[in-house]
Amino acid sequence: VAVEDQPDVSAVLSAYNQQGDPTLYEEYYSGLKHFIECSLDCHRAELSQLFYPLFVHMYLELVYNQHESEAKSFFERFHGDQECYYQDDLRVLSSLTKKEHMKGNETMLDFRTSKFVLRISRDSYQLLKRHLQEKQNNQIWNIVQEHLYIDIFDGMPRSKQQIDAMVGSLAGEAKREANKAKVFFGLLKEPEFDVPLDDEDEEGENEEGKPKKKKPKKDSVGSKSKKQDPNAPPQNRIPLPELKDSDKLDRVMNMKEAARRVRLGPECLPSICFYTFLNAYQGLTAVDITDDSSMIVGGFADSTVRVWSVTPKKLRSVKTAADLSLIDKESDDVLERIMDEKTASELKILYGHSGPVYGTSFSPDRNYLLSCSEDGTVRLWSLQTFTCLVGYKGHNYPVWDTQFSPYGYYFVSGGHDRVARLWATDHYQPLRIFAGHLADVTCTRFHPNSNYIATGSADRTIRLWDVLNGNCVRIFTGHKGPIHSLAFSPNGRFLATGATDGRVLLWDIGHGLMVGELKGHTDTIYALRFSRDGEILASGSMDNTVRLWDAVKAFEDLETDDFTTATGHINLPENSQDLLLGTYMTKSTPVVHLHFTRRNLLLAAGAYSSQ
Amino acid sequence: MSEEKKLKLSQTLLPPESLKVMAEALGVAQAGEETCQLLSEEASYRLKEVAQDALKFMHMGKRRKLTTGDVDFALKLKNVEPLYGFHAQEFIPFRYASGGGRELYFYEEKEVDLSDIINTPLPRVPLDVCLKAHWLSIEGVQPAIPENPPPAPKEQQKAEATEPLKSTKPGQEDDGTLKGKGQSVTSADAKGKEKKGPVLEVAPLRLKPRSVHELSVEQQLYYKEITEACVGSCEAKRAEALQSIATDPGLYQMLPRFSTFISEGVRVNVVQNNLALLIYLMRMVKALMDNPTLYLEKYLHELIPAVMTCIVSRQLCLRPDVDNHWALRDFAARLVAQICKNFSTTTNNIQSRITKTFTKSWVDEKTPWTTRYGSIAGLAELGHDVIKTLILPRLPLEGERIRAILEGPVVSNIDKIGADHVQTLLLKHCAPVVAKLRAPPDQADAFRAEFGFVGAALCSHVGKARAQAALQAQQVNRTTLTITQPRPTLTLSQAPQGPPPRPPSIIKVPGAIALPVPGVGGGGRPGTPTQPSPPPKFIVMNSATATGATQQVLTFSTSPAPTATSPVTTSVPSVQPVVKLVSAAPTVPSATVTGSVQKYIVVSLPPSAGDKSGPGATPPPPPAPQLSQYPLQCSQ
Repeated sequence: VAVEDQPDVSAVLSAYNQQGDPTLYEEYYSGLKHFIECSLDCHRAELSQLFYPLFVHMYLELVYNQHESEAKSFFERFHGDQECYYQDDLRVLSSLTKKEHMKGNETMLDFRTSKFVLRISRDSYQLLKRHLQEKQNNQIWNIVQEHLYIDIFDGMPRSKQQIDAMVGSLAGEAKREANKAKVFFGLLKEPEFDVPLDDEDEEGENEEGKPKKKKPKKDSVGSKSKKQDPNAPPQNRIPLPELKDSDKLDRVMNMKEAARRVRLGPECLPSICFYTFLNAYQGLTAVDITDDSSMIVGGFADSTVRVWSVTPKKLRSVKTAADLSLIDKESDDVLERIMDEKTASELKILYGHSGPVYGTSFSPDRNYLLSCSEDGTVRLWSLQTFTCLVGYKGHNYPVWDTQFSPYGYYFVSGGHDRVARLWATDHYQPLRIFAGHLADVTCTRFHPNSNYIATGSADRTIRLWDVLNGNCVRIFTGHKGPIHSLAFSPNGRFLATGATDGRVLLWDIGHGLMVGELKGHTDTIYALRFSRDGEILASGSMDNTVRLWDAVKAFEDLETDDFTTATGHINLPENSQDLLLGTYMTKSTPVVHLHFTRRNLLLAAGAYSSQ
Repeated sequence: MSEEKKLKLSQTLLPPESLKVMAEALGVAQAGEETCQLLSEEASYRLKEVAQDALKFMHMGKRRKLTTGDVDFALKLKNVEPLYGFHAQEFIPFRYASGGGRELYFYEEKEVDLSDIINTPLPRVPLDVCLKAHWLSIEGVQPAIPENPPPAPKEQQKAEATEPLKSTKPGQEDDGTLKGKGQSVTSADAKGKEKKGPVLEVAPLRLKPRSVHELSVEQQLYYKEITEACVGSCEAKRAEALQSIATDPGLYQMLPRFSTFISEGVRVNVVQNNLALLIYLMRMVKALMDNPTLYLEKYLHELIPAVMTCIVSRQLCLRPDVDNHWALRDFAARLVAQICKNFSTTTNNIQSRITKTFTKSWVDEKTPWTTRYGSIAGLAELGHDVIKTLILPRLPLEGERIRAILEGPVVSNIDKIGADHVQTLLLKHCAPVVAKLRAPPDQADAFRAEFGFVGAALCSHVGKARAQAALQAQQVNRTTLTITQPRPTLTLSQAPQGPPPRPPSIIKVPGAIALPVPGVGGGGRPGTPTQPSPPPKFIVMNSATATGATQQVLTFSTSPAPTATSPVTTSVPSVQPVVKLVSAAPTVPSATVTGSVQKYIVVSLPPSAGDKSGPGATPPPPPAPQLSQYPLQCSQ
């Protein structure tokens, strides 16, 4: 990233100017290490958190003040003590050996500009403070004062396990107050329809017995949504697009399908249909499937976006202007007549990007398609004409992910420039810029009520942003690698996240707490999806497996006493194996995308890679 | 506090000399030592930075392999002009050279003849991306279809066969093999841990749960269809069925059935002299062997006797003077050689036991020509070493025997044909070996002195073999010359060792076969084959463990299992035929067929089969053929 959008580098770094005796650094550090290792067990785990930030800052100070050999020996001597999940950062650090290198290095700038957050109990903190003052260890004390943010809490010191669950991000843990804002995680009230169910489409006619049965069910669905969810945001908190007739039709269809939905559970696992992209030559970079599972889109490294129809219905585009003028506009089937049957095909290829396409998303009404690419643009495509409508420019660097709002109109994108942007399809400039991540924004997801956006980043944190005011309302730390997948539970209460560390973490959005950890995958998790009723969580990974987890059970036994809620210190049960309901190997096909159809059939997609 | 695993950090720097060379190339004549040192540190740092960025692109591209494209994009991020026109597909196109204590990597720029490029045909257009759907799971159960990985991976089957105590039930929960990255194993994964640890220490000896092999209705239908097609009359259907056996990943559960089917089928049809069906069954064995997802070791105790029978049985067809049972013997011999190659270990000694069996029957004076032929073919397929140590020394003796038949008083036409075939076989197999052993001047007299009767013919064959070897060596050399990127593997091909192995041809049933005795052998009907048999092709198998002299006496008479380690715990509970190989006295000739179609009691061959040449003159039939004449006590 160019340096100009950073705060003045020299100012940032000048804090390192204060000189200590470089030869004593190792002594300081090992003195502290000795002290911590000899302290009581209950304090040791907490104080050990200091090792990593102190190590980094002391090393950087040495480098900044051009004590190269001291820096090198300091690094060699102590880097082995650091927790394994900091490996990637240490690798960057080790290559940084000169003052000049520090200028452009983003990781280190982050370390400098943002304070590393540690949560330590008051007792442990007092212990540390007393020790440092006794020893007159000013060098370390200065670092603690200036570069660390110590979040002190009253109560029992945390155990090693509790700490390990929460740390691992680039800048330590989230401050406690960062997760205190109120979040309206409830669902919006669905508008009611009084559309007679029989006369919309052929499917209704096929099964004539069905509509009668469905009517009461549909009413019950309606009555449920009549009650305002106490946790839901006000209906007009953010302006949402008016429902068109076609949208209403689609909702009705959705309800009808929902009535025939398979009830999933540990005893009734979903069937999985796998869509394999053959001959993709390792070039498949993104996949999306429409909500009604009629189309599948693939983004490819060769800059193309390919849309397939997975139903017998072929993809048709609108006729050319000349042909359209010949059509009788008064006829009843004018909407049919404008479609060009001659060029109908199962596959349409969209050309326009000039770099790998890293993210794709269908609009909920299936009229539009978004794609984002290495070339820095997000493109909006029409699925009526299969042409590009708009190129949204704003990210000047690769855009890693994009997604339509569940209500359409809005969409979000996130990229290498470390910000996520909220756009509306009819504005060429972003409506909101969500800045705060310390590294690339790798994935973006809308909350089901469209009022919030979750972003995952290479800084190993997940943030939740308020669409209304652009504030960051949640920061979740605990992953040990870049986040690559996010999924909201259908009721909006929970968030599941997957990362390169192969773990799925579950979060309670309302309380801002980590509530579960699902271990089992052995490689990056690229896809996460809840079943339509939220009973099953499916995860797909680079390790060529699809795994199914019991989501009901995972969220069921939550201990949320006051203390946990206040401090966020949760004891995670080690129950991954109990929650794991099934593991399904593919034939050397990494799982890139997962999707539950409206009837709870699981669709998975990935490209076959012959090794 | 931290994990034991040390972080691997690269401290590599570009050597300052390289920078000096680069500077010189750019026209900077005198770059000082210090400058170069500084530059190299700076350049190394920037390179690492670019590499780290490139990794990011790899992750976002959802790949495991870093490509040159990723590096280009990483350069673009840094506002560095990417490298244009430099696209290496797979390997890094640098060549390495050393000498005089210097090591050098260089980019080889070849002179290219334009006409070569123009004249080379265009490569095939790469296939376009397409989408294919299949069921990964149906209501929680993964169907065994080719699109899914095999339910029980071959490694697991092997582990089960060799270390029956350590393996667990086949199932998808078994992900022990996948734990690659040192992921922390959850405590609940106790099952996995127990499996890995030495069983005897971990728990009080736990008996392996008896696995029940119940076939689903679909599997039963499949089994019926496949077996019927394999022995049925429609050649197209058979090809399809064999293809299915050779490729389908879900056959693991059915393996015991197939194995029994084959062994029973051979048992019955050898008695009936039904050549066609024997050929079909051997093709099934071949298909099973070809299936990459199956590990056959547990079933060798059924398969080996069946295959051996088809090699050395005294009679395999109704009209030995007309039918081409030789091809079947050749084919089965290749199968046995393949079994040896795949499954022989120091503990089960399959190869040495088989060698012993063949040798024993060959050495015996009274062995009929058919069995003789089979034994020699079986030995010859085991590789050059076996030919050298076991066959060549016996050439004079065997030649004498052949001469006695061919030139002596006419005894029987069948013997004559047999002797003739044995001669051809010997020449075919021995020539390439002799060609390698002896120095070039091939003189008929010398050959005759060394090898006896067959010497003269062998001499001419050796000449041909030499010519062929030379021709091939030439071809290999030529290809080496045209290949522009010498890779280490090619150096091996400089010294060609005989013709390259070819897959054995599938035997087609000769047209002359009369089709006898329908309705036996798994409800099979003999086919109506139309294609004549092609000349049998031979492959040269270089068996690594071709032991010349084997000390161990092979006795097939005691145990049904030639595989010492194969467990019987998991075998089929329902039909477990008793296969006995008795090499002692002949048994009472009587054949009784009872009950339903698939059950047989066949006790022995009619003695007339062995008495054709000299009735009454040879009271006890020679031992080797009795491999096929074992009393067939099939349990009801």
